[in-house]
Amino acid sequence: MTTFWVLAPLMVLAALGLLFAKKAVHAALCLAVVMIGLAVMYALQDAPFLFAVQIIVYTGAIMMLFLFVLMLIGVDRTDSLVETIKGQRLAAAVVGVLFAVTMSVAVGQVVVSSTVGLEEANADGNVEGLAALLFTRYVVAFEFTAALMITAVLGAMVLAHRERLSPRRTQIDVQRQRMREYAETGRHPGNPPTPGVFARHNGVDVPALLPDGSPAEESVPDSLRKRGQERTDVDISAAQRRAKEIERGDEEDPS
Amino acid sequence: MTEYITLSFLLFTIGAVGVLVRRNAIVVFMCVELMLNATNLAFVSFARQHGNLDGQTAAFFVMVVAAAEVVIGLAIIVSIYRTRRSASVDEANLLKA
Amino acid sequence: MLELSWLLIAIPLAGAALLLLWGQRSDAFGHLIATAASAAAFVLGLVMFVELLGREADDRSVTSTLGTWIETARFHVEFAFTVDQLSSLFVLLITGVGTLIHVYSIGYMAHDERRRRFFAYLNLFVAAMLTLVLAADYLVLFLGWEGVGLASYLLIGFWQHKPSAAAAANKAFIMNRIGDVGMVIAIMTMFATFGTTSIAAVNGAVGDVSATTATALGLLLLLGACGKSAQVPLQAWLLDAMEGPTPVSALIHAATMVTAGVYLVVRSAGIYDASEVARTFVIVVGLVTLLVGAWIGCAKDDIKKVLAGSTMSQIGYMMLAAGLGPAGYAFAIFHLLTHGFFKANMFLGAGSVMHAMDDDVDMRHYGALRRAMPITFATFGLGYLAIIGFPGMSGFFSKDKIIEAALAHNLWIGLGAMIGAAITAFYMTRLMMMTFFGERRWRDRVHPHESPSVMTVPLIVLAALSVLGGALYLGNWIGDWLEPVAGHAEHHELPAPVIVIQLAVVALVAAGVALAVWLFRSDVPDTAPADTDVSILTRAGRHEIYTNEVNGVLAVFPVRYLTRFLVWLDARGIDGLVTGTADRIGEASQGLRATQTGYVRSYALGIFGGALVVVLGLLAVTLG
Repeated sequence: MTTFWVLAPLMVLAALGLLFAKKAVHAALCLAVVMIGLAVMYALQDAPFLFAVQIIVYTGAIMMLFLFVLMLIGVDRTDSLVETIKGQRLAAAVVGVLFAVTMSVAVGQVVVSSTVGLEEANADGNVEGLAALLFTRYVVAFEFTAALMITAVLGAMVLAHRERLSPRRTQIDVQRQRMREYAETGRHPGNPPTPGVFARHNGVDVPALLPDGSPAEESVPDSLRKRGQERTDVDISAAQRRAKEIERGDEEDPS
Repeated sequence: MTEYITLSFLLFTIGAVGVLVRRNAIVVFMCVELMLNATNLAFVSFARQHGNLDGQTAAFFVMVVAAAEVVIGLAIIVSIYRTRRSASVDEANLLKA
Repeated sequence: MLELSWLLIAIPLAGAALLLLWGQRSDAFGHLIATAASAAAFVLGLVMFVELLGREADDRSVTSTLGTWIETARFHVEFAFTVDQLSSLFVLLITGVGTLIHVYSIGYMAHDERRRRFFAYLNLFVAAMLTLVLAADYLVLFLGWEGVGLASYLLIGFWQHKPSAAAAANKAFIMNRIGDVGMVIAIMTMFATFGTTSIAAVNGAVGDVSATTATALGLLLLLGACGKSAQVPLQAWLLDAMEGPTPVSALIHAATMVTAGVYLVVRSAGIYDASEVARTFVIVVGLVTLLVGAWIGCAKDDIKKVLAGSTMSQIGYMMLAAGLGPAGYAFAIFHLLTHGFFKANMFLGAGSVMHAMDDDVDMRHYGALRRAMPITFATFGLGYLAIIGFPGMSGFFSKDKIIEAALAHNLWIGLGAMIGAAITAFYMTRLMMMTFFGERRWRDRVHPHESPSVMTVPLIVLAALSVLGGALYLGNWIGDWLEPVAGHAEHHELPAPVIVIQLAVVALVAAGVALAVWLFRSDVPDTAPADTDVSILTRAGRHEIYTNEVNGVLAVFPVRYLTRFLVWLDARGIDGLVTGTADRIGEASQGLRATQTGYVRSYALGIFGGALVVVLGLLAVTLG
């Protein structure tokens, strides 16, 4: 019971985090907390198989899928929490509270009999018991889930598939375009500089310094720049700045 | 026993409200997952109360269906994002009268 | 031979179909085909008539059935045609006068580019009219009745480019419909009462039913007869019908179609014999029409309208005679035949005059035409003498017999008929004086000339018939001939000896002639005096006794406003109900539309709220 009372508030807090997190990544992490908590709850309630499945399927597979998609499309943005549909948030709150209250009242009415416990049902082992049910009483439904899985896989393939509308860009095409751009705009045809290397910093969030001392913005990875996490000269520590100034002073002296 | 069920309802309600107020399709989707998980908790709890494993079987099926659903749902989200460069559920409102 | 009566109808019908279907390729010779068809029908009719003459008196009615028209459990109509004494006379009149008018039209319509169509319509008319008179069943009769109505409509509006002609055609058609309603109801009544519409069966059985039914049948048939024969109160269309080509006026609106009403009454003798009331109505209608028609004839300056008024008047005589029952039926038909001759003669003469005067119909622009058109003058003059009842002419015998029969029936009716004879003499003399005598009042560039022989020969033939038509009465031949159909005429006591009556009529006619000669001997103004300068009688006559205005107030005006009201009701009431319902639904939908935001979260809220409601309901049920 102690475990429950420790976990339950944490889970509710994490669930509320799902409501209020600005960044989808944070929401996903909150959800992961809830799911792990749920797994523990399953273990507490004599469901070791579901405990394992919850960890493996939900926390392991599904949450990873979420994070993967987030990475694909939305990791670089924060959600606006300003409500755009008039009255939606108030209505949602009212309905939600009413629902919670109603269900709590209902629980008092429904859960009247004493708890039987699963000692008897789990006598041969929880997994064996579940297996016996799955392959006897629920075998048809089980078979249908197989069909469902196949359908889902095919569906995901169809949905994610994109027809190629233009010829594939080969390395030759890329090189030709680079040379054309060089001829037209003077853009360097080679690879962009790697961050930090020439500026005595090896952090990927610091732009490389070009030979003339100016920072090469394009050396910082796109995702960092989009998130605004790149550091410029201003952010470099004072000592480093001073060192740089000396360096510049050295260069300026002879002139 | 009651406390598990109450926690289940609480999580379910929070998930439902999340569906109603969040606009990021992925977060909305996560809230749906939260609701499914809350029901799973109820299933498992009731299974213990009744002393048989049918509830756990049901929870297992929910997980299977949820996995399939996540695959399709995320594929849809990605596909919408590709065409509309947005993952907001409010953007997909072309069906309105 | 008599069984071939259907051929009489088929020949002109085939002619009409041939001309209409063959189209423009038959333009060059279509009129010859049509005339040949009419002439063939006449020859056939003549052969039948001769055969009929050779039979015994009680063996002269031959009914031949062509086939079954309508066959239901309780209703049986056959395409049956009867050749008997009455219909054979009509066949001869229709095909004989019809053929002459066909010939005349060849010349009269020579310059009309739609001449073929005209002849097709004429043939159609002949076929329909023959159907009407040969029919052995009221329904078949009605088929012909409507057929002649159609032909009349087509021919009145033949010059459809003239709005007046189109309007006149519509007027004739619509007023005839009013009469046809009477016909239709009468036929339905016959079916309801007798279970058959056969003419012979109905007239044979009508004596067994109540007098009320007989009276109703008689009055309904009279309504139909009034419409077709232009009798008061449905007379207004005939004067406008003069918009049609003159041969049409002669054939349809003088000699044959307009007499169909008289034929109907005589043919339905059984019904009218059974109802004194219906007969009285026929007499009143005939008397009123004969006086009204004569009155109008006195006032008009349009030569065709004078003749049209005269036609109304003369048909009034026939109606009057027909209303007298068996005493008058034969005389009605007798007058019908002689009138067919002399009125067709005069109409064709008038057409000849118009032909010479560049289609001018105003008699005030005529005058002194007797030298320019000697043949037309001579033939028209013979027709004139016939219609006024100059002793020895056909009209003398036929009209005189009607007056005698009317006097025998009722003194006042007889006197009315005599006054009508005097007025007839007056207006016909006026017409003669203004057209053929007096001074030239011709318009510029009008050079009257005699018509070609193709037009004058029919005039001469008709003039001869006008003079000699009275021969039918020799030894009361026509009365004896028609007796099996019309019934035996009882001999009535006359209020005065026949010779006295005849002298009185002749004296009245002479007075009318003298008055007209004196009034119109010279100095006829070539423009009509204004309405304000003429007597009230003339003014009323010019306006056709204001019958058009009466019709306008009594029928057109209420119907027009009823129609407007119905249109309003339809637009506002019915359409309003329909579109209003649609509008309300539309507005309600617009309101509901607001809930359809297209935001999936709004819908989710709905689902969630709905789930809450369901749970609350379940709880209420469980806890309650």
